[in-house]
Amino acid sequence: MTPGGALAFRDVTCVRGRRTVFSDLSFAVERGGAALVRGPNGAGKSSLIRIAAGLLEPFEGTVAYTPPRALITEDSALDSELPVARALGFWASLDDSDRDRHRAVADALAAFGLSDLAHVPVRLLSTGQRRRACLARVVAADAPTWLLDEPANGLDSASLATLETLIARHRKAGGAVVIATHLPLDLPRAQQIALGEG
Amino acid sequence: MSGFVTLVRRELRRAWIQGGMATPIAFFLLVAILFPFGIGPDGALLLRVGGAVVWTAALLAALLPVERLIAPDIENGTIDQLVVRGMADATIAAAKMVGHWLGFAPLLMLASVIAGALLGTSGDMLVRIEIGLLIGSPGLAALGVATAALTAGLRGAGALAGLVMLPLAVPLLIFGAGSIDGGPGALKLLGAVSLLFVAGAPFVAAAAMKLARA
Repeated sequence: MTPGGALAFRDVTCVRGRRTVFSDLSFAVERGGAALVRGPNGAGKSSLIRIAAGLLEPFEGTVAYTPPRALITEDSALDSELPVARALGFWASLDDSDRDRHRAVADALAAFGLSDLAHVPVRLLSTGQRRRACLARVVAADAPTWLLDEPANGLDSASLATLETLIARHRKAGGAVVIATHLPLDLPRAQQIALGEG
Repeated sequence: MSGFVTLVRRELRRAWIQGGMATPIAFFLLVAILFPFGIGPDGALLLRVGGAVVWTAALLAALLPVERLIAPDIENGTIDQLVVRGMADATIAAAKMVGHWLGFAPLLMLASVIAGALLGTSGDMLVRIEIGLLIGSPGLAALGVATAALTAGLRGAGALAGLVMLPLAVPLLIFGAGSIDGGPGALKLLGAVSLLFVAGAPFVAAAAMKLARA
């Protein structure tokens, strides 16, 4: 499904409580493009991702995107009592994808080196392993638009390299990525969106 | 549609694993056991209050799992992920309502047979209690889900849920207990109240879940 992901913000203003977090933000991520959202704590990186995901209504402005979207937030949204493969399988069964979901989940787990942990309950995973499971969910979703909020948190260097490789592959296939992070990530030709300056 | 079924199945699985099924039923039976002890060996009196006891206990039992219905899913991002996949909040709430009902109503009706025996109800009366529960329990499940969404994330949500839900459940209690000796009129009103709650609760819960995200 992946080909043809895109996302565009037009004059988006975000207000949380009564505070204007950012205003009149416009950018477009084309097919195969990537946007790196940077800024200090509280600058609105997560809010931007949540607006892009449709979880927050923009105070003003519009958001256009190619559905379906795949999202990572700080919350894992994996049922802690389930084995990893089944927890991911639950989400894969809800994803709008033509791929066989067992195959999709198995491939995604393998990509992040989690195959050995497929039958371990989610509650026994470490922080980094849980993060990798969340990333595996994004990969398995087969969605053209990726929205990643701090995807690299808790990852070791090997997983970080895997993540960069998979993002590159996703972009090559025509997918679009928006990443909010304060960690260094190697994203060639990514446009930078700086929040919280002026 | 298949997404809806997947969600209902998840609700049932979670209810089963977290003891959300057994605890309310045990609680329900305990209330029914305690009552005869409190009233003493007065068969006629027990028979008169029996229906009301069953209904009150059912109400309290439906309230028990409210805290784990929606709040954990908001906290761990499950609702977010469902919404990103294009699922409407009202659909999520409706699936939770169906799952909650399947999780407690059939077992409750089974346990009512035991409770009825403890309270000395006749077979005829037991049938009327069961019909009443069948019609009224979807309303209880609907109230439970709406309350769960309204109180999600608040401190002391459990106690607050009781304060929100029990007054609204009064019509169910009146017509439910009334249907035992009140005839078909009470049963129809019970159906009407139950239907109203079932139709309205998903939208109330959806609005609350949307607000929790903002």
